[in-house]
Amino acid sequence: MRIAFTTKGKEWSSEMDARFGRTEFFIVYDEDKDQIEILDNSDSTKDAHGAGPKTAQKLFELKADVLITGNGPGGNAATVLEKTGMQIYVGAGEMTVKEAYEAYKDGKLKKF
Amino acid sequence: MKIAIASGKGGTGKTTLSTNLASYLSEKNKVVLVDLDVEEPNSGLFIKGNLIYEEEKFKMIPKWVQETCTLCGNCQKVCNFHAVIQLGTMILVFPELCHSCYACSELCPTGSLPMTSKKMGDLKEYKKDNLSFIESKLVIGEEQAVPLIHQTMKYVDEKFGNDAIKIFDSPPGTSCPVIEATKDADFVLLVTEPTPFGLHDLKLAIETMKELKKDFGVIINKSGIGNNNVEAYCNEEHIPVIAKIPNSRKIAELYSSGSLLYNEIKEVKKELIKIEDFILRLKETK
Repeated sequence: MRIAFTTKGKEWSSEMDARFGRTEFFIVYDEDKDQIEILDNSDSTKDAHGAGPKTAQKLFELKADVLITGNGPGGNAATVLEKTGMQIYVGAGEMTVKEAYEAYKDGKLKKF
Repeated sequence: MKIAIASGKGGTGKTTLSTNLASYLSEKNKVVLVDLDVEEPNSGLFIKGNLIYEEEKFKMIPKWVQETCTLCGNCQKVCNFHAVIQLGTMILVFPELCHSCYACSELCPTGSLPMTSKKMGDLKEYKKDNLSFIESKLVIGEEQAVPLIHQTMKYVDEKFGNDAIKIFDSPPGTSCPVIEATKDADFVLLVTEPTPFGLHDLKLAIETMKELKKDFGVIINKSGIGNNNVEAYCNEEHIPVIAKIPNSRKIAELYSSGSLLYNEIKEVKKELIKIEDFILRLKETK
C-alpha cells in the first residue's frame, strides 16, 4: 500500500497539516518497499482558486492508495479523488505523521 | 452618472444607504438602482416595484468530448484556475472554477473541448415611478460573482442613458466582485461604521479605491457608537466625510420590517440631502 499524509514537514515526527488542497507537503509511505517520498505542495499558496483539484491531481500521479488527512478534501477535490478510487481517512489533523499512521493501522481514523 | 456604494466591512449599511438614497433621489430625478451583491442581493427587500423584465444569464464553459481527445494534456497546462484536470485517461472540468477564458477550448488540437452555455443566474428589472431597480442573483452552487456582475452592468449600460443617476449597491470586501462593481463608477461612496472593525476595513477599501484611481468619499453609518477614529483618520487623509447617519433603535426597527427610513426619520433625510447636494454638484462637473 502507498499511503499519503498531508503534512507540515518532511519527517515522521512532523505535524500533520489539517488542510488538503493547501497542505505544505505530502509524505508518501510505501509500505511494501518501506520507503518514504516527499512532495512539496507549497506552490498551492499561489492559487487563488482550484488548489483542491490541482492537489488531488498531483496525489493521483503519486499513485497513492490511501490518503490520511485532517479536515478532509473540499467538494472539487473530493470529486477528483473519488474518480481515483483512493481511500480517504480524516481526523488526523492534530497528530504527528507517526501517530496518524499508527491510528490508521489501529483502525481509529474515520473514513471520509 | 454612476455612483457605487461599497464598503470594506460587511453590514455597515450599503443596502440601507443605496435603497434610501435611490428612492429619495427618484422623487426629482430619473434613478436606476442596481443590486450587484449577486451572491445575496437584498435591496429588493426595501424596494417594491412592478416586475417588467426578467432574463436568465449564462456563462460559457468547456465540455469534454472523449471520442476525439488525444489526452495531450494541453488543456490542463493552459488553465490558470485548475478548472480542467487530467486524471489518467479522463479530463475533468470544474464549471465553478472556470473563468470562461476559452484557452483550453481554443488551444485543444482536436477541438475536444467545445464551449457550452451554463446558467449562472437571473436578472430582474422592476419599475416604481421614476425608479428602475435591477437585481441579479446567482443560482445556488455558483461560486463566481464577477461574470454576472459584468453582464448586469452591461445590461444597465445598454438600457439607460447618462441622464439617469445610477446607483450600484456593491458586494462587501475588496476582492474581485468589488473591483468589478466599482471599476466603472464616476464616484464611490464608502460606507463605514465608527468602530475599530469599521476603520480597519475602511482602510482596505480606501487602498483598493486608490489603486483603481477612483474618486471616493466616506459615509459614516451608525454614527454615535464606537469612537471618533474614523473621522479623525478621514480628516488626516483629506478624505471627505459626506454624511453621518445616526445610530438609532428606530432605524433598526424600520429596517427589520423592510421599510425605508427617510420619510420616518428626519435626521436620515437631512443626511440624504447632503449626499444629494454632493452628487448633483458632482454631476455638473462630469
